[in-house]
Amino acid sequence: MSSYSVKPDLAVTFAGIKSPNPFWLASAPPTNTGEQIMRAFDAGWGGAVWKTMGAQITNTSSRYSSIDWNSQRMMGFSNIELISDRPLDVNLRELAEVKKRYPTQALIASLMVESTREAWHTVVQQAEDAGADGLELNFGCPHGMNERGMGSAVGQVPEYTEMITAWVKEKARTPVIVKLTPNITDIRAVARAAKRGGADALAAINTINSITGIDLDTFMPQPNVDGRSSHGGYSGPAVKPIALNMVQQVMSDPDSMLPISGIGGIATWRDAAEFILLGAATVQVCTAVMHYGYRIVEDMIDGLQNWMCEKGFQSIESLRGLSLPRVTEWKDLNLNYKIIAHIEESKCIGCGLCYTACWDGAHQCIHVDRVSGPINGPAELHAKPAEVEAATRSSITVTPIAKLDASTTSPHASATPLTRIPRVDQTECVGCNLCSLVCPVDDCITMVEVETGLPAETWEQRTTACPTGESR
Amino acid sequence: MQELLQQTPAIADKFADLHPPFQAQAAVLEADRCLNCFDAPCTGACPTHIDVPKFIKKITSGNLHGAALGILDANILGASCARICPVDVLCEGACVMHGLNEQPIKIGRLQRHAMDHFHAQGGRLPRKSHENRPEKIACIGAGPASLATAAELKQRGFQVTVFDKHPLPGGLNTYGIAEYKLPLIDSLREIELIKELGVDFRFGVEIGGEASLATLEAEFDIIFLGAGLGAMHKLAIPDDHHPAVIEALQFIADYKTGKITHIEGNVVVVGAGNTAIDAANAAKRLGAKEVSILYRRTREHISAFDFEYRQALQEGVRFLWLTQLIAVHGSADSITSVECERMEIDSNGRIKPLEDSHFHIECNTVIPAIGQSPMLELLAQCKDVQLEHGRVIVGRATGQTTNPKYFAGGDCVNGGREVVDAVADGKRAGVAIARMLEAAYV
Repeated sequence: MSSYSVKPDLAVTFAGIKSPNPFWLASAPPTNTGEQIMRAFDAGWGGAVWKTMGAQITNTSSRYSSIDWNSQRMMGFSNIELISDRPLDVNLRELAEVKKRYPTQALIASLMVESTREAWHTVVQQAEDAGADGLELNFGCPHGMNERGMGSAVGQVPEYTEMITAWVKEKARTPVIVKLTPNITDIRAVARAAKRGGADALAAINTINSITGIDLDTFMPQPNVDGRSSHGGYSGPAVKPIALNMVQQVMSDPDSMLPISGIGGIATWRDAAEFILLGAATVQVCTAVMHYGYRIVEDMIDGLQNWMCEKGFQSIESLRGLSLPRVTEWKDLNLNYKIIAHIEESKCIGCGLCYTACWDGAHQCIHVDRVSGPINGPAELHAKPAEVEAATRSSITVTPIAKLDASTTSPHASATPLTRIPRVDQTECVGCNLCSLVCPVDDCITMVEVETGLPAETWEQRTTACPTGESR
Repeated sequence: MQELLQQTPAIADKFADLHPPFQAQAAVLEADRCLNCFDAPCTGACPTHIDVPKFIKKITSGNLHGAALGILDANILGASCARICPVDVLCEGACVMHGLNEQPIKIGRLQRHAMDHFHAQGGRLPRKSHENRPEKIACIGAGPASLATAAELKQRGFQVTVFDKHPLPGGLNTYGIAEYKLPLIDSLREIELIKELGVDFRFGVEIGGEASLATLEAEFDIIFLGAGLGAMHKLAIPDDHHPAVIEALQFIADYKTGKITHIEGNVVVVGAGNTAIDAANAAKRLGAKEVSILYRRTREHISAFDFEYRQALQEGVRFLWLTQLIAVHGSADSITSVECERMEIDSNGRIKPLEDSHFHIECNTVIPAIGQSPMLELLAQCKDVQLEHGRVIVGRATGQTTNPKYFAGGDCVNGGREVVDAVADGKRAGVAIARMLEAAYV
């Protein structure tokens, strides 16, 4: 571990735009006004993408809905809010003021206007005159604006994306970032179009089309606008894996690859580090700030720096994209690599979740037979889960009473009884990971590599040698 | 039963819930902590084998009605047990969370949450069969064991009559539980559901007295003995019938039914079991100045659960170890002090009085709590029903006695355990009786 005394430099240059750290606020309610953005910069945010400016709109009431999960609020969040509902000139005047007072932070103007060359030329000129460090083209908004031929209506059609990006590039003097919608079969199709249109950078992902839920008393989908609802844009922790995948897809495709600002479910420095390891140069945050406020950036900076110290990284660029080569197509995975589950007896608390998961959700190779005697082999050789439970429930249990019972021991006085510690049948385990994923105890179930004695071989190699794919 | 549908206000004030109910959101938060174990240890540790993870997951999904029905299916007194079970040595004691050095899931309070909802919604017990069967079963005693047997059989369509010498049903569940755990009215409310099933209750009838067993045998196909235990042991002192000496169970029943609402002066409780502690805590709450528990042995030997002992300390009860009461002093109708002596334990573990160790404690009421004796008089009248150490011998899985027409469960079989043990006995007997009768009529 290297020294914590010298903190690594988090400054980044993104498509030419300088930023003191990679943490930007995404174009959204937290960047609605100059007053907000200045408070965010005071809190430590390295940049902000102004809430999308363009034609005047009217918003609905209500606008948001969310999904809670296991008592955690807002695992997923959905909005039907449109672009900025403030006059363009007010936004631009405030943008100019913020830029003047915070010259070192990155200030990006998000733009969306009707799909004409003139309209785009005009707004580009206005944003740059106000002092924007860069332009983000909102081709992703999945609700409302798309019905008017803007937002994802552009981002879902590669030709439109290329055309409008090209119009903007005719005029722009600052870097142009195209924000991609995930509501498309293959995000690379649009990324390539943006690149062909001359984009300097990409941002991904915008929100995902969603209906968050339905009130089971009123049958009203959420959010409720006077008895009607509409599909919203989904964000928050729930979407991070989708966003990571899309960032990886873009960054692994030479025809798409551009500097990319990662967006989607980022709430902590850990999330940010993952996006950076898949090639993102900056990250953008919205939902987590809407939940907890601008203050979350403090730990994002501090945590990322401490982790970088621990891993010996001196700059964001030195870790950017390090995990990209590790993602391949399935056909390039080694079929002769074998792992099996190992249950650490001393850590097992006897909850049996691995047993249930393996029997019902995997390959029936975890058993509770350490005491009755281990039996290896397929499911047919073992007592079924329902039989195991039935045996317990037909047993007679009484409350331990000191004066009636010779030896009364507290049921939680000792370690997990061996009868409750499951065992892995190594001859049947396929190494799927499921038991280790459901185990509530850290490091209790680990996946251990077994030597197969076979050289590495991928599906690609195997089928090249033998077209049916049968193992030789 | 009608006149007691409200707790006596003077009692309600002094005996507020020891473990208050969950707020709805807190219940879900707690329920979400449950890991949903396979073959869950909590379920195994519960004498009635309530499927704990199943009802807890129903709480997380908002299916409180389903949760309550699941609980009641295993334990017909699910609401009472949620509040009175010694969960530390049962379900919560077995929770795997202990292995993570975390608090166990608060199973008792979650169970109460589901049951409170059920009662608030006017939930009713389901029938398991819509067929009405002719066979008649008599249950002697209306305590938890009989209630479980009666409910199980009535749900299956049999004709059930429950006899009890008291005016209210429930046995010790109604008369004997500390009011801060389970108010008497809540016990009655739960039993009301069993009444609604159609079980016939006959109160104020002492079997063996005017209603002879022979009459019962002639009228009923099966007799279930859920008679509990008999009179409390007397103190071995000259004035054991002094009016200021009031037995613990009588004292507890009296304050629970509002007959006693206040206690003056100092109280001495003899014995250190769970009943002694209930009585001592109650005396303290009812206004006694000083409450002392006298016990002939030491802390390690008490039969009270550890959490009960700690609760008594909280309530300000004083424990006098190695102390024996030998006499009460005062007038014919009041006591001013008790005379005690010190005990010692010899190397063989036997206790004996320490010479010249007499001392006096100021005391106005003495509450003996040194256990109950078996109901030998009644049990002796049940022909061919064999006893061992005063307990009825049964097949544990069926509750059947040595006379195949007689089944038994609860304290008269197990020597005096918890309500949940009696319910488990009663349920097993109910299932076994139904199987036997159904098989006979095929």
